[in-house]
Amino acid sequence: MNTRSARNAQAPRRPRLAVWKFASCDGCQLSLLDCEDELLAVAEAVELAYFPEATSTVLPGPYDISLVEGSITTPHDRERIQQVRRQSKRLVTIGACATSGGIQALRNGRDVTEFARIVYARPEYIDTLATSTPIAAHVRVDHELRGCPIDKGQLLATLAALLHGRRPPLPSHSVCEACKRAGHVCVMVAHGTPCLGPVTQTGCGALCPGCARGCYGCFGPKETPNTAALSAHLAALGMDDAARRRLYQTFNAGAEAFRKAGDA
Amino acid sequence: MTTSRTRVIEVDTLARVEGEGALTLRVRGEQLLGVEFRIFEPPRFFEAFLRGRDFREVPDITARICGICPIAYMMGASQALEDVCGVTVDGTLRVLRRLIYCGEWIESHVLHMFLLHLPDFLGVPDAVALAATHREAVTQALRVKKLGNEIMRAVGGREIHPVNLQLGGFYRAPERSRLAALLPEIAWSEAALRHLLDVLAALHFPAFEVDYEFMALRHPDEYAIDRGEQLVTSTGIAAPLSGYDALLTENHVRHSTALQSRRADTGTPVHLGPLARVNLNRAQLPAELQVLAEALGLPPDCRNPFKAILARGIEVLYALGEARRLIEAYREPATPAVTVEPRAGTGFGATEAPRGICYHRYAIDAGGQVLDAKIVAPTSVNQRQIEADLYRFAATRLALPDAELRHDCEQLIRNYDPCISCSTHFLDLRIEREPG
Ligand code: SF4
Repeated sequence: MNTRSARNAQAPRRPRLAVWKFASCDGCQLSLLDCEDELLAVAEAVELAYFPEATSTVLPGPYDISLVEGSITTPHDRERIQQVRRQSKRLVTIGACATSGGIQALRNGRDVTEFARIVYARPEYIDTLATSTPIAAHVRVDHELRGCPIDKGQLLATLAALLHGRRPPLPSHSVCEACKRAGHVCVMVAHGTPCLGPVTQTGCGALCPGCARGCYGCFGPKETPNTAALSAHLAALGMDDAARRRLYQTFNAGAEAFRKAGDA
Repeated sequence: MTTSRTRVIEVDTLARVEGEGALTLRVRGEQLLGVEFRIFEPPRFFEAFLRGRDFREVPDITARICGICPIAYMMGASQALEDVCGVTVDGTLRVLRRLIYCGEWIESHVLHMFLLHLPDFLGVPDAVALAATHREAVTQALRVKKLGNEIMRAVGGREIHPVNLQLGGFYRAPERSRLAALLPEIAWSEAALRHLLDVLAALHFPAFEVDYEFMALRHPDEYAIDRGEQLVTSTGIAAPLSGYDALLTENHVRHSTALQSRRADTGTPVHLGPLARVNLNRAQLPAELQVLAEALGLPPDCRNPFKAILARGIEVLYALGEARRLIEAYREPATPAVTVEPRAGTGFGATEAPRGICYHRYAIDAGGQVLDAKIVAPTSVNQRQIEADLYRFAATRLALPDAELRHDCEQLIRNYDPCISCSTHFLDLRIEREPG
């Protein structure tokens, strides 16, 4: 029934925005609806061509910008992401699920049949892949927004940059640097609290240290993270191997650097 | 309408729900043969990978089940694990828990009422189109929604997957001044919402009533939100939380990756959510809100599911008033959390998520390692009720053109604000008409 509303028929051609969902919690796409002050302006700057969580309008591709949430966990989704790529000029992955496989990548390397048996009475009804993989493992990705969930400010800045034909301004330094700049007390130095800040990419605003807890790495590894040094420090704080593995391997368990640091 | 042809009507994706799913209506002539409300969310296996985790890690993990109602998943898990360890979080820490939960109710309810559901009543595709004719209402609703998020941020550090919650309470107690700064916006929102409720009360509600079995949490002293002591139903059942599994069983049907819940003894569906709460716990709402509910067209024992939008409205007003009261009473606590030491056992927790009871049960060992987890999302309970409603509703409307029938069925589904992400993936609506 895919209504094409009057506004779409009359307005001059605006860039078409599509929002796609794969295995996820919906939190990252909700971030767009959480931009309460900017939502109507965004909806005027672009044509919301496909965003089922927010509208029943469905306009055909190609789409100028596709935001992709979620990871690939089923044979059907493995096909669907190819179609999404073909229809998208710029494809931006949003969130830990899409950029690293998300928390559901905790199944990777485990017995997924056993997992299905634990959760479902009739595991034979369940059609799932053994792994949860990021979008970039399947198709070319133009830009990625990290985080579980993504940061609204980064989302808006990225949309604005793409609409003006610029590269999104996404910093690649660590949470640790952002934390120092924010003037927080270092939880690791002051309280001996384990913190992934030194190896995690910035973008959240150093939220966890701001709440007097250690960073749990939801923005994933920064470029060339020195996990060996951090792991040595965690061991010196008295953390055992199992706890260290769990610390690295939660929200971005499938990210190469965190997976390796956890298994080391 | 000819009844001698097979007719298939399809909506690829049911819009304006959180997550994706599918519906098939099978019609022969003027007879409805079957209804299947399908949920295809790719399984994410939370209950499986929680095994072996440390009990303190659970709330941050369960939050990721749902980006729309993370507090429900964090708080249910926390209370179940505190239950195992013999800890009750009370006093000021409890005030903060209820406050952040009010923030989630405000944000989630307003999102659904004005951005997702109201477009159905007014026949437009989305809130952006709605803004063309009702700009003031949409901008006011967005501002109230934003306040809900601000409450969550002030207490929890961020609105989606807050970072400041832990077993026993919080990592850092918010400063009183930070919370008090929200009071003017709460007052503005209360006034704005009363005005918005008048808009909702004037909507046309299809005449449709169902003899539901409602179920909700009940707390002896207050309208249950963040915790309750009993599970109560409109048929007179009152059970402790530990009685949940005896009351409802989960059934795995072929067409769904969400487990469907129903009464263990009779196999019949139950109805969770705002309509159930407003009916069952109405006496615990302030007298003024009870009168207002009646005036808006929500009498006691209302059984019209389309009026759930009004029940949400009453609950948002209530949550705003609660937030004001809780902030006014707030004094910064001496410590942000009580200590929770692990001990072996099984514990139960349940809260009233925006969409209804969200149930958690965990078993841990003496070292705090999770041995077993069971989590029931409200939508997997309502899923069966939605099917039953559709059956009844569609059966009386088969003479309608397909487009209208489809619209009405989608609106009916959205009455429940189904949060399919909590369990699901692909909702496409199909009406198959077979030769009569
Ligand atoms: S990255 Fe986190 S917040 Fe975003 S969809 Fe995945 S689980 Fe949800």
